[in-house]
Amino acid sequence: MEAAAQYSLEGEGEGSGARLVLTGQLTLRHMAAIEPALAGLAGPIAAIDLAAVEEIDTVGAWVVCRLARDHGAEIAGASEAAERLLAAVRGISPEGAMGPPRPPVWERVPLALGEQVFAARSGVIGVVGFIGQILIGAGNLLRRPSRFPLTALVHQMELVGVTALPIIGLMSFLIGIVIAQQGSVQLEQFGAEALTVNLVGRITLRELGVLMTAIMVAGRSGSAFAAQLGTMKLTEEIDAMRTIGISPIEALVIPRILAATFMMVLLGFYSALVAIIGGAVVGQFALGIPFWTFIARIQEVVPEHDLWVGLIKAPVFGLIVALAGCYNGMQVRGNSEEVGRRTTMAVVSAIFAVIVLDAFFAVFFTEVGWG
Amino acid sequence: MRVAARPEDEAPPIVIEGLVNRFGDFTVHEGLDLTVRRGEILGVVGGSGSGKSVLMRSIIGLQRPAAGRIDVLGHTITEIDLEQGVGVRRRWGVLFQGGALFSTLTVGENVEVPLRKYYPDLSTELRQQIARYKVILAGLPESAVAKYPAELSGGMKKRAGLARALALDPELLFLDEPTAGLDPIGAANFDRLTRELKETLGLTVFLITHDLDTLYEICDRVAVIADKRIIAVGTIPELIATGHPWIEEYFGGPRGRAAGAAQAAHAAVTAHGRTDG
Repeated sequence: MEAAAQYSLEGEGEGSGARLVLTGQLTLRHMAAIEPALAGLAGPIAAIDLAAVEEIDTVGAWVVCRLARDHGAEIAGASEAAERLLAAVRGISPEGAMGPPRPPVWERVPLALGEQVFAARSGVIGVVGFIGQILIGAGNLLRRPSRFPLTALVHQMELVGVTALPIIGLMSFLIGIVIAQQGSVQLEQFGAEALTVNLVGRITLRELGVLMTAIMVAGRSGSAFAAQLGTMKLTEEIDAMRTIGISPIEALVIPRILAATFMMVLLGFYSALVAIIGGAVVGQFALGIPFWTFIARIQEVVPEHDLWVGLIKAPVFGLIVALAGCYNGMQVRGNSEEVGRRTTMAVVSAIFAVIVLDAFFAVFFTEVGWG
Repeated sequence: MRVAARPEDEAPPIVIEGLVNRFGDFTVHEGLDLTVRRGEILGVVGGSGSGKSVLMRSIIGLQRPAAGRIDVLGHTITEIDLEQGVGVRRRWGVLFQGGALFSTLTVGENVEVPLRKYYPDLSTELRQQIARYKVILAGLPESAVAKYPAELSGGMKKRAGLARALALDPELLFLDEPTAGLDPIGAANFDRLTRELKETLGLTVFLITHDLDTLYEICDRVAVIADKRIIAVGTIPELIATGHPWIEEYFGGPRGRAAGAAQAAHAAVTAHGRTDG
């Protein structure tokens, strides 16, 4: 059984002050039990006797030194080893902060607000600058087409487009089913079940096909862009590319943006088609509309401009998702936490921008007569 | 870092017998034996990929060996699990190559982490004071306590990592290439610091290095890993006397000779100074 650290005061109340006798093991392991009592000693203490201490480490030495300083006491009876430890920690100030200074709450709130405002301003400047860099990069590539990163583009198109087919197909199929099934329940009340075909065809081609695909691509590819570029920034890969003379905008950003923009058109169209098939399956089994009749009716009731509305929006959404991902990735600085923060920001800001723009598009196309 | 001797303290802190490590078909160690003596600084050298870091990871329980027995501070590491290992884990400190600091905590908070984990009863005030003086003992300025690792230079990160390794007043300190990537002045300072801490705190140090100056300056003994085992352990003159070709090339090459000559000159100057004084 180890003897824990103990203390006793001798000669209390005498003129020069008491003598504090410490015994046992003055180590980190036993310090929690004795330290609060030692810190609360009233004093005056004239001397601290370490002669009966069996074992001491730097924590014990620190506590003894602190006591000696607080009470102006002398340290007596220290072994040679204890003396070395005392010398090592003596003279180190006990005061000081563990972190950067933290202002009080009434200062923190306006400070945070102000920082947000400035961050928003530099964010706007950063985005404009980023778009400028991309335009310059695109201009350079147009003048020297031999430098065009075709392999990277094809690879990104595969990642953004081909590998997304199963998940986007499944999502769209289910959305088609839900719209047809729920829509028919409501339309039945007017005896207008047949209009389910119009509902499914128009809403998927015009709105949901592209919108849901954009959200899925933001979650799949926008986040991947941000995390990839952010990690490359942290590991100095991007700096290495610059020093070799490869422009990261040309080699990394432009292929991703082109791939996302182009593949969004195909994915959005694919999504609408699969959703219509989902609707037709519901028609076949729940509404009594044969599958091929449903498909044929789509051609009759959906105006051609609905397809164009969807196909015009798709590349814009793809561009926004890719821009948000690449921009946030290139903004990563410092540590791994920043990669996570920027990735989240890429996805959130992309989805937000896509939904806001979609609202504008809806009003715009109706006003120009494509209602 | 304990000063008083206990009976079990007389035993060597690390004993390795017949260690075998394999990754798939690739054998890193085959029947490796090594004993580290109490209170020494043992340098471990070997070519790149010879398994120095794997050896360290095996000793501290991060890598489970295929066969063999490793005793650290009286516990058989190869047989205990993480929960049982807690008792022995708090008696050693590890400095990883890059410092391995937690990037979301300040340097001071980094040093507090092991203290919080193992001694939750410590008062906050004392815990913070301990963290602060450890940072300063590791040779960092006071202002570094409140900084985040990203704000520190490579050398300062290593010192901060050392402060965290020393947080629990360990008996055993593992250093993985502590001077790699430091400038010669920084490296020499780190060597001096290691030596001072070892003498003040009574540490046993297991030190992996490529730095010949470190080997000559601070190591009591050097272990050489080659051919999947320890081919020799001893002081540098003893190693050279073995006549093993790899050791001869290592210490007899231009860099090895320069470091040896510098050490000899340094020793001569010191001796000269003593006679004058």
